[in-house]
Amino acid sequence: MTTIFGVPTAALYGQLLIGLINGSFYALLSLGLAVIFGMLHVINFAHGALYMLGAFAAWLALTKFGVNYWAALALAPLAVAILGVIIERTTLRRLAGLDPLYGLLLTFGLSLVIEGMFRHWYGSSGQPYAPPPQLQGGVNLGFMFLPIYRGWVVVASVVVCFATWFVIERTRLGAYLRAATENPALVQAFGINVPLLVTATYAGGVALAGFAGVLAAPIYQVSPLMGSNLIIVVFAVVVVGGMGSIMGAIVTGYMLGVLEGLTKVYYPQASAIVIFVVMAIVLLVRPAGLFGRGE
Amino acid sequence: MQAQNTASEPLLEVRDLEAWYGESHVLHGVSLDVREGETITILGRNGAGKTTTLRSIIGIVRKRKGVITLRGQDLLALPQHKVARAGLGYVPEERGIFASLSVDENLSLPPKIADGGMSIADIYRIFPNLEERRNSPGTKLSGGEQQMLAIARILRTGARVLLLDEPTEGLAPVIVQRIGELIRTLKTQGYTIVLVEQNFRFAAKLADRFFVMEDGRVVDTFATTELSARMGSLHEYLGV
Ligand SMILES: Nc1ncnc2c1ncn2[C@@H]1O[C@H](COP(=O)(O)OP(=O)(O)O)[C@@H](O)[C@H]1O
Ligand SMILES: [Mg+2]
Repeated sequence: MTTIFGVPTAALYGQLLIGLINGSFYALLSLGLAVIFGMLHVINFAHGALYMLGAFAAWLALTKFGVNYWAALALAPLAVAILGVIIERTTLRRLAGLDPLYGLLLTFGLSLVIEGMFRHWYGSSGQPYAPPPQLQGGVNLGFMFLPIYRGWVVVASVVVCFATWFVIERTRLGAYLRAATENPALVQAFGINVPLLVTATYAGGVALAGFAGVLAAPIYQVSPLMGSNLIIVVFAVVVVGGMGSIMGAIVTGYMLGVLEGLTKVYYPQASAIVIFVVMAIVLLVRPAGLFGRGE
Repeated sequence: MQAQNTASEPLLEVRDLEAWYGESHVLHGVSLDVREGETITILGRNGAGKTTTLRSIIGIVRKRKGVITLRGQDLLALPQHKVARAGLGYVPEERGIFASLSVDENLSLPPKIADGGMSIADIYRIFPNLEERRNSPGTKLSGGEQQMLAIARILRTGARVLLLDEPTEGLAPVIVQRIGELIRTLKTQGYTIVLVEQNFRFAAKLADRFFVMEDGRVVDTFATTELSARMGSLHEYLGV
């Protein structure tokens, strides 16, 4: 049996894949957090709950209305985005200009409310959600067995992360967003509707969480607490990458996912804390994060 | 005491304007008027309220009282993002070039508000050094180039009334001269210009009329032809 540093290669590749999958979710979620923070200066604690809502929306759509996975992949993020518009217009907007702590407390409260409601309605246990027929089964790559759905999650996440990066860094809309992040008053003085951009940014950021939720449904069980388990790690990812950096959030997400997978192979005892250890080191050495601009 | 020209109505009119930053009352009744195609200059010491006057007109300062009209349209009633669309182009004192945008992106950022603005190609013909740096971040340009960029980007929008806040501040004499030539060209093209300047020798070559501000008020108004007669009192106002 081939081994690398005493570990069978099949086990190594298996954990690398799991690391990439976790990294896919870290990247999608921390990207949304970074986009929202850049524009609204809000640390969106509700992100995990909205990710859970995306998964639940897909599950409910399937079980109640027979809406399939592919439609849910578009509709669930849309539903989460609409909820995002309502949250931003009715509550977050009123906190603009105040200490970011208020936004954090508000979104933390929101996540407790949302998760509490779903626990009340559906209990704490997970609901199974089968992958779509087109993505069931697996392929033998020779060096490892790849479940098709897991490969799809990585591809879908990379494509959506790249598309988001492209919109922000390479399009006219993205130029408006970047400019409004730097100097909203002047952008507004040029005749651009900044409050609308802010709403759209929040809706777009939480839609990414909703999308991640649908992707996650067939892998993890759909449960009310699936988001709160994940979001703490994602916050650590954002701290490592640097708040407000788009590319930083994406790259750090995948990197830390893979690092976590490798740790599971070589030193399993540390796998649950390795990301937090990295976070502590980065905070000491580069407080603005690996990709942060600093002040 | 006003240099009267009763033949034409003011295009931009500010009357009894008061403005606040939070609780701090900064403007105490500013009145000025600009006719179509005219260039006026607002003079005054640091802290007199010149920048606040422009910010109140464009709507960045929201806590205002009084009257601001452009072609008879009440600007005070408009939401902030609609003010520019009434026909104003704003060049802020701090220039407002965006670090996260390339020169190209900075140039195309302000939306077109009317026909007749310059094309990007026109602009690069006038400012060749901007074209050379079109893909660099906007703030990597020199101070003079950033000022050119700040003016160029509003010429794209089709705005016919320009608010320029100290466009020569901190720039080398050659650049000041180029900006002077640019403003003169804009004037011959019929732009209406509100120019805030500390340097009245520079302004004297461009302005039709002067407004002098002190402590949040307009304390004097005169035509450029009267400038030499006013030198004594001007030195007093400006403390130079
Ligand atoms: N953002 C602000 N907050 C509070 N006070 C301000 C602010 N900006 C300017 N001021 C005050 O308002 C007054 C007028 O300032 P300003 O309009 O910038 O003057 P000028 O452009 O003529 O130098 C000054 O006393 C200044 O200290
Ligand atoms: Mg000023």
